[in-house]
Amino acid sequence: MTTTLAIGQPTNRVDGRHKVTGGAHYSADMLLGSMAYAVLVGARVPSGRITGIDTDEARQAGGVLAILTHENLPRIAAQPPLIPSLAGMPAPGQTFFPLQDEVVHYAGQPVAVVVADTLERAQHAGALLRVSYEETPSVTTIDQGREEAYEPEAIFAGFVPGRNTRGDVDAGLAQADVRIDATYTFAANNHNPIEPSATTAAWDGDQLTLHDATQGVAATQLTVAALLGLTPSKVRVLSHYVGGSFGCKAMIWAHPALAALAARRVGRPVRLALTREQMFTSVGHREEQEQRITLGADKEGRLTALRHHKLSPTSHFDDWAEPSLGVASQIYACKNYEGIYRLIRANTMTPTFMRAPGEASGMFALESTMDDLAHQLGIDPVELRLRNYSDTDPNTGNPWSSSGLRECYQRGAERFGWQRRNPEPRSHRDGNRLIGYGMATAGYPVYGPNNPQRARARLYADGTAVVQAATPDFGTGVATVMTQVTADALGLPVERCRFEGGDTTLPTIAAAVGSSGAGMISAAVHTAASNLRDQLIAQAVTDTQSPLHGADPGAVTVRDGRMMLRDAPETGESYGDLLHRNFLPDVEAAGSWSPSPQSTRYGMMTFGAQFAEVAVDPDLGVARVRRMVGAFAPGRVLNAKTARSQLMGGMLWGLGQALLEANFMDPRRGRWVASSLGDYLVPVNADAPEVEIDLIEVADDVVNPLGVKGVGEVGQVGAAAAIANAIHHATGRRIRKLPITIEDLL
Amino acid sequence: MSAPHVPSRAPAAAVLPERGPDPVTVTLSVNGADHTFDIEPRVSLLDALRERLAMTGAKKGCDQGTCGACTVWVDGRRVLACLTLAIACEGREVTTVEGLAEGDELHAMQSAFIEQDAFQCGYCTPGQIMSAVALLNEGHAADDAEIREWMSGNICRCAAYPHIRAAIRTVRDRTT
Repeated sequence: MTTTLAIGQPTNRVDGRHKVTGGAHYSADMLLGSMAYAVLVGARVPSGRITGIDTDEARQAGGVLAILTHENLPRIAAQPPLIPSLAGMPAPGQTFFPLQDEVVHYAGQPVAVVVADTLERAQHAGALLRVSYEETPSVTTIDQGREEAYEPEAIFAGFVPGRNTRGDVDAGLAQADVRIDATYTFAANNHNPIEPSATTAAWDGDQLTLHDATQGVAATQLTVAALLGLTPSKVRVLSHYVGGSFGCKAMIWAHPALAALAARRVGRPVRLALTREQMFTSVGHREEQEQRITLGADKEGRLTALRHHKLSPTSHFDDWAEPSLGVASQIYACKNYEGIYRLIRANTMTPTFMRAPGEASGMFALESTMDDLAHQLGIDPVELRLRNYSDTDPNTGNPWSSSGLRECYQRGAERFGWQRRNPEPRSHRDGNRLIGYGMATAGYPVYGPNNPQRARARLYADGTAVVQAATPDFGTGVATVMTQVTADALGLPVERCRFEGGDTTLPTIAAAVGSSGAGMISAAVHTAASNLRDQLIAQAVTDTQSPLHGADPGAVTVRDGRMMLRDAPETGESYGDLLHRNFLPDVEAAGSWSPSPQSTRYGMMTFGAQFAEVAVDPDLGVARVRRMVGAFAPGRVLNAKTARSQLMGGMLWGLGQALLEANFMDPRRGRWVASSLGDYLVPVNADAPEVEIDLIEVADDVVNPLGVKGVGEVGQVGAAAAIANAIHHATGRRIRKLPITIEDLL
Repeated sequence: MSAPHVPSRAPAAAVLPERGPDPVTVTLSVNGADHTFDIEPRVSLLDALRERLAMTGAKKGCDQGTCGACTVWVDGRRVLACLTLAIACEGREVTTVEGLAEGDELHAMQSAFIEQDAFQCGYCTPGQIMSAVALLNEGHAADDAEIREWMSGNICRCAAYPHIRAAIRTVRDRTT
């Protein structure tokens, strides 16, 4: 065993220096020799067919190299099915590839790719294309399609059944002392990472290299290979820095393959960077949705029944809804449950994962209803949650692999000062402002990959180590924490370890989605580095010249670059001594990890508790969040600094979801109303209060070797509900729509 | 430590000759070095820096003047490089994030951003840092309310805002 020294430390990001000096190179920063620039031209109508594309004027503009349309683009080799990229298979965001025929399914659908020698010339020529359409009636909103809604067999690429029931929900409602029936509406959301998606493509003979902004280089590689009919070994994908994703780079959309096709056409490297406007129509979105909750409880507040229905638009191609009914069905003990998804075929692209996909919306509905229940019964909202706490996953009856939820409530409440709350709405004031306190439960599932996750560790004779795994770092801090994991497994100072990732030539890792990255990648890295350590110890104990010769390998430990007897640390030698003596410049080991089969016998979830204080100006209807406190139990924390940052980011995403973020379809035009960061509001510095985070470490030997449950998304779950519940406490008004805007509070 | 307040080298009220629309030769002074190259007059300062001069520190987040990722200084003032024409910067001093460190020695704001974990993905960071340093020189960092207001032109979608404020406070309190 090694002494844990590096894991958990608030180590600064290893890529920090590059990021603060402009030395971090993102996918659109690649300047390849003789590179050309491609721009997408999107459909201006939401439904219909293209009747003609006049390219004359565009062709005559200077510098144009190619104009690709459905009339001249090669057909794709195959359309892979839609499977979440965590599965490690080809992962198209939708089962529709554009530029294959004249049919238009949604506004913004690519209808042409224009390639020119400079970006300005490509943009100008794109604006000169004259595309004519025969427009047909479109459906883009819930209200337009409500009558045609259907119940799908499964959603989420077939992974989530369309209906989930346990017990008898009608009987549970009949025996309830209190019943609440409420409908919640949610505007659509767009991810809007500050880096727009971009792919730089270059061919060398039949070998394709893509610099792609992606959550998984293998996902890009396999998807593009399938679409283009290439063997994956001929497609190399590099992604060293990704400027945020939040789910919109989790699935692989059309642009990487289009960039490759454009580069092949013009015989030069091509960069295809989406514009900010195209980020609203090219990479999925969180769908508009309506959720109805019918809840029954006894006088003590214990749930007797929960019915949770969701209605949302999907595309013409895929039965996609974010799984809003998932965590909300698991978080409380309730014997009688019914969850049903209903979908509407609409003229939009297929919606996709967006941070806390489903959990953030479903838990808003449930946690707003729970607050309502607490208020109606006169029970403290924290106490109500404790009364409904479940030791097991209610869907399966399996025990949680670890929880910590009770501690989250307790420590969050203490840190927030919850006991100061007078339960009466409108009872706290600061000048003319109404002050409110609200809370909610957070939960996010622990997902595991479908196939083995791999890493490789190498130790050099100078006592430095490199560990490799093909994951990009899109802001999670993975390069930093994997350096820490390596340091502990090998018994090296963290400064002597380095992580390399973001390249499909390295050992394969699935896309880091669903908050699974830290758990599965640390498992692979820990396994590889531990294998390397064991290999070095095995060599030392069989080396007659080693002070450890003949020792039991299990009695040897490693620390500060030295192998030594645990009970007699003076007996041992450095890695360097062993390697130099044996003429070894370096030693290497691979590691592979798959989730343990025993994990199926447990419920696996990261839990937390959210608290928020708001101030509402009753004259202006303006709600401001004054402070947020979150307590989370994410298993083991690999780096206290980066974990806190991710959780804080998630909580502030909850603020955006609660008060700012909205996109709407114009039902007449069938187009998104917001298509810029001036229209689609995200939190800015002035919106963001101070955020306090309490990390509650819980041991978990089920989820993965280091017991890491993930922090990427749970920070957002419940945050919007805590804010809405605080608004109710401040004003007495229960707002059941997101975002909550001024007109709701006037 | 402070942003260089470089006096403009442009003549006060010069009548400029009409140039373009074909490529014209332009000289830009960036981080103290002159660069001469041919561009169409419609090329933005951001695209000139990134695509012609291979200085990709300034980022393109929106190309619409809404996100602040492209923030650089022109004659010491923060500007949005995506809304500024490169040709309009002739005779002026352009400073980008690449010009902030002194050799290997990071600017105090760069070090503070690392120490406070004032970024995650890092994409908005060059713009945040250029704004943050300028903010101190402008005298707009007296308290958190002022920092929040004057840093709101730089969006951080990872929402590192509280840590960005902490970094700015650290440098402010060290220099005053």
